[in-house]
Amino acid sequence: LLQVRTADSPHPRFDLNNDASLVIDIPDALCERDKVKFTVHTKTTLSSFQKPEYSVQRQHEDFIWLHDTIVETEEYAGLIIPPAPPKPDFEGPREKMHKLGEGESSMTKEEYAKMKQELEKTVQVHEVFLQRLSSHPMFRKDRNFQIFLEYDQDLTVRRKNAKEMFGGFFKNMVKSADEVLISGVKEVDEFFEQEKNFLLDYSSKIKDATAKAEKMTRSHKNVADDYNHISGALNNTAADNNTAFKKHLEKCAEVFEKLRKVEDRMASDQELKLTELLRYYTRDIQAAKDLLYRRARALADYENSNKALDKARLKGKDVAQAEENQKQCLQKFDKLSESGKKELTSFKARRVVAFRKNLIEMTELEIKHAKVRRLKCYVYHYMFIRQCSGILI
Amino acid sequence: MSGSCGRIPPPFPDNEDQEAESDTRVLDSDEDDDDEGEDIFTGARSNPITPTSAPDEGDIFSEEGSYIRSDVHHATNGLHPDEEELDLFTEATVELTLTNTTSQGRREIIGPTASACNTTQVPNSILKPSIVTKTTEELEEEESGDQFELNIAVTNPEKIGDGMNAYMSYKVSTQTTLPMFLNKTFSVRRRFSDFLGLYEKISAKHSLLGCIIPPPPQKSVVGMTKVKVGKEDSSSAEFVEKRRAALERYLQRVVAHPSLLQDPDVREFLERDELPRAVNTQTLSGPGLLKMINRASDAVNKMTIKMNESDNWFESKLQEVENEEQLLRRLHAAVDSLVNHRKELCSNTAVFSKSVAMLGSVEENSALSRALSQLAEVEDKMEQLHQQQAFSDFFILAELLADYIRLLGAVRCCFEQRMKVWQRLQEAQSTLQKKREAEAKLLWANKPEKLQQAKDDINEWESKVSQYERDFERVTCTVRKEVLRFEKEKARDFKQHIVKYLESLLHTQHRLVKCWEAFLPEAKAIA
Repeated sequence: LLQVRTADSPHPRFDLNNDASLVIDIPDALCERDKVKFTVHTKTTLSSFQKPEYSVQRQHEDFIWLHDTIVETEEYAGLIIPPAPPKPDFEGPREKMHKLGEGESSMTKEEYAKMKQELEKTVQVHEVFLQRLSSHPMFRKDRNFQIFLEYDQDLTVRRKNAKEMFGGFFKNMVKSADEVLISGVKEVDEFFEQEKNFLLDYSSKIKDATAKAEKMTRSHKNVADDYNHISGALNNTAADNNTAFKKHLEKCAEVFEKLRKVEDRMASDQELKLTELLRYYTRDIQAAKDLLYRRARALADYENSNKALDKARLKGKDVAQAEENQKQCLQKFDKLSESGKKELTSFKARRVVAFRKNLIEMTELEIKHAKVRRLKCYVYHYMFIRQCSGILI
Repeated sequence: MSGSCGRIPPPFPDNEDQEAESDTRVLDSDEDDDDEGEDIFTGARSNPITPTSAPDEGDIFSEEGSYIRSDVHHATNGLHPDEEELDLFTEATVELTLTNTTSQGRREIIGPTASACNTTQVPNSILKPSIVTKTTEELEEEESGDQFELNIAVTNPEKIGDGMNAYMSYKVSTQTTLPMFLNKTFSVRRRFSDFLGLYEKISAKHSLLGCIIPPPPQKSVVGMTKVKVGKEDSSSAEFVEKRRAALERYLQRVVAHPSLLQDPDVREFLERDELPRAVNTQTLSGPGLLKMINRASDAVNKMTIKMNESDNWFESKLQEVENEEQLLRRLHAAVDSLVNHRKELCSNTAVFSKSVAMLGSVEENSALSRALSQLAEVEDKMEQLHQQQAFSDFFILAELLADYIRLLGAVRCCFEQRMKVWQRLQEAQSTLQKKREAEAKLLWANKPEKLQQAKDDINEWESKVSQYERDFERVTCTVRKEVLRFEKEKARDFKQHIVKYLESLLHTQHRLVKCWEAFLPEAKAIA
């Protein structure tokens, strides 16, 4: 059982609550076996809510349900839908948690710390998801969103029912979406043509950067592990040897153990801010692309309806129906284009702001930590000399 | 004298780090430390790094000495909710004064000198002479010894010739005040086989006496072939640098040995312009040498059981040596892994840097685009830092361990020599016994003409036995002395190297701070 109170942690928070009328946060999360339970805390002055404050327990699957229902909602087709938070991934620690539950083994301090960090990260992405919804004029009014925030029981039953209803229609569409976009939908609108090209290019580059960042972080952790092994090998000296050399090795083992933490933290810092930022925006760019896909689909529908209308006119049958269909398709397409333009424009601004904020925070964090690490290295160096000289035991 | 020990070398060897900032704190000698400690440590209230770090920080201070006050414990520990930080390094540069503690009587063994800059790969920071900090005892000890200096450097590798007959020639420079040399400073050019030849000569003369002979660097067919063939890539440059450094360390160890230094062959090696080509060095290189050492250990193992030790010292010492060798091998494997992972980190960082640059080039917002390309440059600098650190990992740690693994092998050889001498004594004693028995038989058989011969034989063998007894005594004494000297040297060597290594880490962290500080305004400039 692992609990994290996010309020206490200096873990970076996005905090998109820009409007006091609906403020959401996740003050803590519980990790039980392999299930994470988030406490979703809402404070609101909106009349659509029955109470001014709520605190409910939600699981990751509930967030996914919420995301999916929003995706499937026709009304929101012209909006960028905040990407779903990724599933909490504990991997190794997860197995440990299992074993813990069965009373088999105990967690080392390091494993515990890693779990805690993972937990904090996952809280962050889930929180951001909700805050994106609450800060958007349309999403905040969503009925299912309200249920998510208010309903004090388990959402599991509701989720099951919803799945049967929707069947993931739009989700399946996304798979072939790339072809739809790329296969040369004739784009009349310059804005969307540019957006399409930009998003496609940016999307592949940010995915690449994310993957490379992850690889880099992994090698850094390998380096940290090596210090651990070195320290372990040093600790295995014969107990009977009391020479100066032996003492040096002992001190060395201690220092290397500490160096492991230094290197490990270096890797974590970069991961925390930069890699997480890249990961988040990879997902967000995908959400923007999804909007383009939906619009492209609507355009295709409109073109099909035109063809159908021509055919109907030719045959002289069902013309009125075809006309109505065409009108609706055009309306839908226009609506998507209009709101899509707004969304994509604000998305640009949002992206720049978020990058700025995160790059600054990351840099400040790096500087601060590097200074502490520098101080530590300085102290280790100093201490090692003193101890070896016999001035300190 | 206490004031001169425990001086910390400046962590930032290059000039650009001299900052004209206001507060410059000087960490001076012990006596001032209490006050300085207060200045430096009390005010530092750095923010928590991550929640994971908090509980651990107490360790380094609580267990490691009362010197640092509990304030410090507080300083880097704990979850401080307030955002204010009086970070030590924000305003000030901690400048550490270095007074080189070399009093004039010291025979210095310096690290690779700056003049080895010809090699492309190894950065200057590693090449600067290591600052040796010594304890009071060590300094006093040295002062009581020779009042002369001897510094050796191996530099300027040059390829002579072409194709498969090509070889590398190295400049061996000596700087000394020892009277036995013709000049005070001089240099010669030597090739690898010359070094092996030197080893052969030294070994032939001194190993029988029970001296620990420093083993030469290993031959490498692969490495040398690449160089011969003329591959101008980084791996062959790395190989040459590795060899150059190893040759230097080898010579430094040879001259650090008091009896070897007196050897005319050593002198000739350092001084004479042209050396006759050393032949028959095959057995002494790489696998040949290794085989010899391994044979030695086998022999020793067989003999240990039989030898009647008057005191346990030799038996237990040999065991210690063997255990230590195992430990060092394990360590070496772990450090090797570190070096490889660090190199991986290097290349992954370079790759990441490029992908960030690509992202920046696609980005439509111009300020963000610029910031991203700046970020790519920062990552590039990080790659260089990792590269430098990998060099430190290798040259300071891995090579040290490799050297000592081989040195321990040489120590075992030394024990084997003693065994051989003992065995010779045993054999002589048994021969003497046989001669005595033969004499007795002759007396009994009453053959007076052969008796004289028997008596002569006995005399001969009696004197041999007492000779060999003396030899054994001497070897025993020498081995003992050698081992003690070796152990002292080893402890000092390891300490120096670890200190140097920690310096390299400190240096890396400092450059990291600079890197990120330079980037911050770029990030802030995004609009």
